Amino acid sequence: MKVLKGLIAAATLASMMTGTAFAAQNVVNVAIVGEPDTMDPMMSTKDVVSIVTQHFYETLFTFNSKFEVVPLLAETMPTISDDGKSYSISIRQGITFHDGSTMDAHDVADSLNRWVKTASRGKGVADKIDSISASDDFTVMIKMNTAYSPLLSLLAFSNSAAVVYPQENIGEDISAVVGTGPYKLEAHKPDQYIQLVKFDNYVSRDEPSDGGSGARTQSMDEIRFIPVPDSNTRVEGILSGQFDFADGLPVEAIKRLEASDKAEPMVLRPFGWPIFAFNHKDGLNTNLHIRLAVQAALNEDDMLFAAFGDDAFFVTDGPLYPEGWFWRTDAGASAYNVHDADAAAGHLKAAGYDGTPLRILTSHQYEFHFKLAEVAKVNLEAAGFKVKLDVVDWATLGQRRNNPELWDIYITHSPFIAEPALNSMYSPTSRLGWKDAEKEAILAEFTSVSDPEQRKVLFSKLQEKVFEQVPFIKIGGFNALLGKSSKLNGVTKTPWPFFWNATIDD
Amino acid sequence: MPLYIARRLFGMLVVMLIVLTVVFVIVRIAPGDPAALILGPDATPEDAIELREKMGLNRPIIVQYFSFMTQIASGDLGRSLFFDTPVTTLLYQRAEPTIFLTLFSLLIAVSIAIPIGIYAAYRRGSFFDQSALSLAMLAAAIPSFWTGLLFQQYIAAGTGWFPVSGYGGPDANFFERMWHLILPAIVLGVVNSALILRFTRASMLDVLADDYIRTARSKGMSERRVVLRHALKNALIPIVTIVGLTLALLISGAVVTERVFNLPGIGSLVVGAVLRRDYPTIQGTLIIVAGLYVMVNFLVDMLYLAIDPRVKY
Repeated sequence: MKVLKGLIAAATLASMMTGTAFAAQNVVNVAIVGEPDTMDPMMSTKDVVSIVTQHFYETLFTFNSKFEVVPLLAETMPTISDDGKSYSISIRQGITFHDGSTMDAHDVADSLNRWVKTASRGKGVADKIDSISASDDFTVMIKMNTAYSPLLSLLAFSNSAAVVYPQENIGEDISAVVGTGPYKLEAHKPDQYIQLVKFDNYVSRDEPSDGGSGARTQSMDEIRFIPVPDSNTRVEGILSGQFDFADGLPVEAIKRLEASDKAEPMVLRPFGWPIFAFNHKDGLNTNLHIRLAVQAALNEDDMLFAAFGDDAFFVTDGPLYPEGWFWRTDAGASAYNVHDADAAAGHLKAAGYDGTPLRILTSHQYEFHFKLAEVAKVNLEAAGFKVKLDVVDWATLGQRRNNPELWDIYITHSPFIAEPALNSMYSPTSRLGWKDAEKEAILAEFTSVSDPEQRKVLFSKLQEKVFEQVPFIKIGGFNALLGKSSKLNGVTKTPWPFFWNATIDD
Repeated sequence: MPLYIARRLFGMLVVMLIVLTVVFVIVRIAPGDPAALILGPDATPEDAIELREKMGLNRPIIVQYFSFMTQIASGDLGRSLFFDTPVTTLLYQRAEPTIFLTLFSLLIAVSIAIPIGIYAAYRRGSFFDQSALSLAMLAAAIPSFWTGLLFQQYIAAGTGWFPVSGYGGPDANFFERMWHLILPAIVLGVVNSALILRFTRASMLDVLADDYIRTARSKGMSERRVVLRHALKNALIPIVTIVGLTLALLISGAVVTERVFNLPGIGSLVVGAVLRRDYPTIQGTLIIVAGLYVMVNFLVDMLYLAIDPRVKY
């Protein structure tokens, strides 16, 4: 009898201790891939920083579900002068910061001035901006020295984001995490949780929610981001009900998610593209024929299969934008996935290749990067290359790729970004250093005209150049697996998931 | 005795100075750039140089070394490059899960290993003895991350009785936080019990073969008294040594288990710091862990005095 009582007591205790008992009511628990490097979204281009900070900091503009730029903290779309050099932006009135102060044009102007000084993406456009100032309490004026049509997309992007801080918090560092977003930072225990609570004075937009735009309903009282670096732990956490949402799950977990009664898979299709980035500043790849040889040698289909294993998670697709996107064009894409060792050997001969090893820099941080490199090595060796795989940890890769003497190709990936000009790899000043007079002319025109159809034609020319000059190679498209609780609703599929419209069924 | 203690303390100081220098050098010669990591993939090399400058990482290595040693001498472990928080604060925040995980797992390891080790030695060559040895080998051979994943899948997610990972949210009380440590403590405890078990068995076997045990038995003393009072007491020195070493290893060796169970302890802190090249945090954590290791060894040596009156320093 005593044993039975003991067992009952233990079972009761255990049931009290389950994840559901721990979870406070009306809270969404989100497992993210790691601790954000900073709470200052201007300072980092990492996705995990964007995912967290977009809940408490807001930008002047954002993207809707069709990736169109729409106003967020701006009242309306700006008035742009005929020469495209002057932007007059009306700011919404009655917006309150989390510290109770009221946002005005001076906060916005100072924030944007910091952005062009300190943010990677801001610095990229700094040389085109003459001044940013408040022309009255609720109007900001941006004066450019040249027309630059991607400016609004840059201002809308949540990555290295042009967010608005209270003027008094702005310095080299931001003195406090105070924004205008629907949630405010309540507590942060590094590597344990980031607790956001509903901001009661939030003034939502009136338009219907659409992608990141429109109404932000604040249905949940709290959002808790829990850094969980181990992907298997994220899988078990979402399956057990401990998490309501889990980012970045291994594709093998899809069957377990499909079979679960507590969780379900969310496939982000397409998520992004793996990239072989070429070094144009130093080494073998300064020779066009070597780059063309690499392009001809690769069998992207095999590479993607090795990397992702399940064709539900990749697509062998050369054009730089996926099917159905505005920028989609087939221009030049016949050079993709040709896997022609003879053609590659011809290019090597034309380049006078002397057997110097082609150094491919990669890491196990993203296992698919390493698998892509392994298959590429086989393809390239079959075409006559000597290949050296430099497999290092992510921190070392981050350092080495900044030194052009240490690599020929490094492997990376990117989500598909709504505005092509936000992809830094086209720029001659990027770490790739792709320089070509014709390309610069196309790029200059592409970033100065504003007519979408005209820009589309120019992008098609730019893509053609990519296949002719091989500054980088898009290996294909891949999908991402996320997991969500069966009870969680209102979460949009995006590489930067947000939870201000999330609800959890009782 | 006072001379011995003074000599040991001086030795500890020298060891710590060597540790400080080795840690500083290893951390600096390892490739990797914290600035590039913080800025993210789309930042330019120029951005990384600018941030390195701001973080003081562009100063000559010797200047950094003297600045580091001066800081340590004044009790300052520096400031995390990543969290922008003093390393001492980080260590303080991370101490609770690590300390309790260490204590729980040591308790589990000792509770399993010592009784089984004693009985296995007493029944040397029996089925029980062979089984205990085989299981100990198995426990030592299975990597803790694998056991951890199995526990997560089949016990935590499977039954829902235990949380899969973490250390509780903002509203978790002490009891709830401790509940998060049960599965990781079992994993660590079982793995570490293997070594203690084998040492206990071996030490007991040595003692049980001694003449005075035969004398005790021939005087008609009960087996329980012979084994637990006479044999165990004399077998304790190697057991205490290995328990002490296990304690020191657990403080620093819970790294994998903390990572798998996503516990925000010192192990996770140091792994994260290494991956992020957060130099001050790596240095500060290793110094504290090395200091604890040296201190535990010293205390174990002192404990010999209490256990065995024959030991004199």
